Amino acid sequence: MAELNSKIPKGPLTSKWTHYKDHQNLVNPSNKRKLDIIIVGTGLAGSAAAASLGEMGFNVKIFCYQDSPRRAHSIAAQGGINAAKNYPNDGDSIYRLFYDTIKGGDYRARESNVYRLAEVSNNIIDQCVAQGVPFAREYGGSLENRSFGGAQVSRTFFARGQTGQQLLLGAYGALSRQIKLGTVKLYERHEMMDVVLVDGKARGIIARDLITGKLERHFGHAVVVATGGYGNVFYLSTNAMGSNTSAIWQIFKKGAYLANPCFTQIHPTCIPVHGDYQSKLTLMSESLRNDGRIWVPKRKEDAEAHRNGKLKANDIAEENRDYFLERRYPAFGNLVPRDVASRAAKERCDAGFGVGSTGLAVFLDFRESIARLGKHVIEERYGNLFQMYEKIVDENPYVNPMMIYPAVHYTMGGTWVDYELQTSVTGLFAAGEANFSDHGANRLGASALMQGLADGYFVLPYTIQNYLAGEIRVARMSTDKAEFAEAEKAVQTRLEKLMGVKGTKSVDHFHKELGKIMWEYVGMARNEAGLKMAIDLIRKLRAEFWKDVKIPGTINELNVELEKANRVADFLELGELLAFDALDRNESCGGHFREEYQTEEGECKRNDDDYKYVAAWEYISEGQFKLHKEDLAYEEIEVKQRVYK
Amino acid sequence: MDLILKIWRQKDAKSTGKFVTYSLKNISPNCSFLEMLDILNEQLIQKNEEPVVFDHDCREGICGMCSLYINGRPHGPDDAVTACQLHMRKFKDGDTIVIEPWRARPFPVIRDLMVDRSAFDKIIQEGGYVSVNTGGAAEANNILVGKENSELAMDAAACIGCGACVAACKNASAMLFVSAKVSQFALLPQGQVEAKQRVKKMVKMMDELGFGNCTNTYACEAECPKLISRSNIARMNREFMCAKVI
Repeated sequence: MAELNSKIPKGPLTSKWTHYKDHQNLVNPSNKRKLDIIIVGTGLAGSAAAASLGEMGFNVKIFCYQDSPRRAHSIAAQGGINAAKNYPNDGDSIYRLFYDTIKGGDYRARESNVYRLAEVSNNIIDQCVAQGVPFAREYGGSLENRSFGGAQVSRTFFARGQTGQQLLLGAYGALSRQIKLGTVKLYERHEMMDVVLVDGKARGIIARDLITGKLERHFGHAVVVATGGYGNVFYLSTNAMGSNTSAIWQIFKKGAYLANPCFTQIHPTCIPVHGDYQSKLTLMSESLRNDGRIWVPKRKEDAEAHRNGKLKANDIAEENRDYFLERRYPAFGNLVPRDVASRAAKERCDAGFGVGSTGLAVFLDFRESIARLGKHVIEERYGNLFQMYEKIVDENPYVNPMMIYPAVHYTMGGTWVDYELQTSVTGLFAAGEANFSDHGANRLGASALMQGLADGYFVLPYTIQNYLAGEIRVARMSTDKAEFAEAEKAVQTRLEKLMGVKGTKSVDHFHKELGKIMWEYVGMARNEAGLKMAIDLIRKLRAEFWKDVKIPGTINELNVELEKANRVADFLELGELLAFDALDRNESCGGHFREEYQTEEGECKRNDDDYKYVAAWEYISEGQFKLHKEDLAYEEIEVKQRVYK
Repeated sequence: MDLILKIWRQKDAKSTGKFVTYSLKNISPNCSFLEMLDILNEQLIQKNEEPVVFDHDCREGICGMCSLYINGRPHGPDDAVTACQLHMRKFKDGDTIVIEPWRARPFPVIRDLMVDRSAFDKIIQEGGYVSVNTGGAAEANNILVGKENSELAMDAAACIGCGACVAACKNASAMLFVSAKVSQFALLPQGQVEAKQRVKKMVKMMDELGFGNCTNTYACEAECPKLISRSNIARMNREFMCAKVI
């Protein structure tokens, strides 16, 4: 099995990437045509990489489970994308963006990767503007910026509350152009079922055509997994219904280490849970915290009266409101990072100050901003979000404050990759949220779009060439090869096994049960006993799943329940590893909060002496994982306690 | 609330479909429309029947995947929402709800309520982009865009490609969809270089794929979940005429 070599280039931090590009191996144009690249996933990272590699002249095959590349869940990102342009003249720089990202990640990200991310951030904005992405503008025609959590500068570019949509449509446009030109072939409504290894190198995938149910074999000189995060292991999350872990879990089983799975992000501002039929949670963008103030009643009796419907938020006097983020974190106020804001909301609700019918909600109030700026300004900035809130909750947020609660949103953990975004399997790459590399233990707002596009447009298209330059003598392989046949047979066997269970309970039943276990014991606050309990409960649930799951229909047809069952089977294994990782990490950092390790004020207590490492897990067998540690060396940044006070 | 559902069931593109009636009890008014269908499917699975197939993904009104024709309206009785954002409080206890797939020749039914909208992708592939390669883009603020045009471009770019406009149109015209993309680039300096080729190619592909013509009834605008304006159609017509004449 591959050793953990992060391949960080030598030299000073600020010139590593330039040095890498100056010295990497390239592939000449006539050879590019002979090389096939498989990309799985059409979100920001996947679409951007496919378009860029197609433009360069490689042969690309791209796969998505949706009916069109434009549906990928990057589309739902609302608030914005960070870059170090310093247009507002507020002192921003590449170094500051780098520093804020490392600090925001609670010193658990790889310095060299994050510096590169900050370096290419400005190219992303240039690229997207050239594509015609309609970013918000000032009256003079220049680009407008706003603030996001964890930063004291305004560096976030945005397209109303639909930034992800506009960036994805930009990448989708670039991808569509390459599809038309024939450099990229699109396989929509196809799901990757497994990766195929030949002599230890990734050489293709087994995909299932979701319309016919047929398994297909596809060859590639290299394979890129850009399939997003695994937040749906919690069942209720802000992810799309189809978002899943199967691609990264299948490659994990074939030797690609999975890093820091316990680093999951709970987003503070989501519409609260309201019923057991609920299928997903809706995010209200972090950008709302620019103008909204978060509070709960100061007096428990007021909170209780609100829960019972006897008191309205607007009837609670100013002096009886506790703006707890402004109180606890005066320097950053309502714009503290997500992990901090989420825990503070949970703390207030647990202490009995929560509002709404369930008591699991806090207010996000725009009264003061509306009075100061006028309703029209708030409408211009957040109109679509306010409309979305009103449609779901049936209350007018211009009049009554929004009610919000934290929800699972993003996963910082993911497939372990080196500096080149290559996994521990040769020829297999991971990009975007699917990899672990840039956000440490907590991601700052507006950094996911930045990372997805950085990987897709500016990093992977370079680094993958360094690998492919050594593959130019490898001819396209026939998919009749034994390795492809075996991989396909294994997938077929698994599908038959799922169909053969013929139990009594639906796939959703198991997914919901898993979600409850994960949220209860592996959610916002974790402890040793709870994590051990979770591992036990997940194992039992998994055993029950394989004995009692009920899937109607057959394999060789469109079968939505079978698709879901295949994904939930993987979540049932990933959930266990997530708990393992949380149990191993005897410290609190970023989104990982172990109750045993907190300061007197209830803040995260990191343990840099023992846990300043990336936990890269290797799959041994079901429920058996081996830990490899990548030590995080900080050359440029002094590792400190993360303070937002 | 208790409901009667009349749902279009169709095995595949070649089979003949039909309406099947189901009754559903005790649905919360706070339930979303798709969650109501989840509950129905859970019950069908328990009764060893095939669940109803429908497209959906983000369930927050932005991916454009959900595509239900509910009581004669794309995305149902509420305005400016997709089916996934529609909530049961918009219906009454005892209501009969008729659910069909998008009906348009260029959107063949795949199964039940799921249709094939790859025709939209084919139109975009003809020119729904600015032809610029990765790398080498100029400094972003070198391109200035007036706020008014920038806002109008964003209004057009907000299209989610769901196809409600086609489903609403008696001619199955895709004019609103195509004009939204044409308008976004017609309003921005980045789109000028290829403007003429873009509109000609996209319109040609739209026609070839069998979408009908616009006869100015504006059902598309009325049913668009993202409130895309019909003025985009006028703008596209102008762009098209200019491209042909000049």
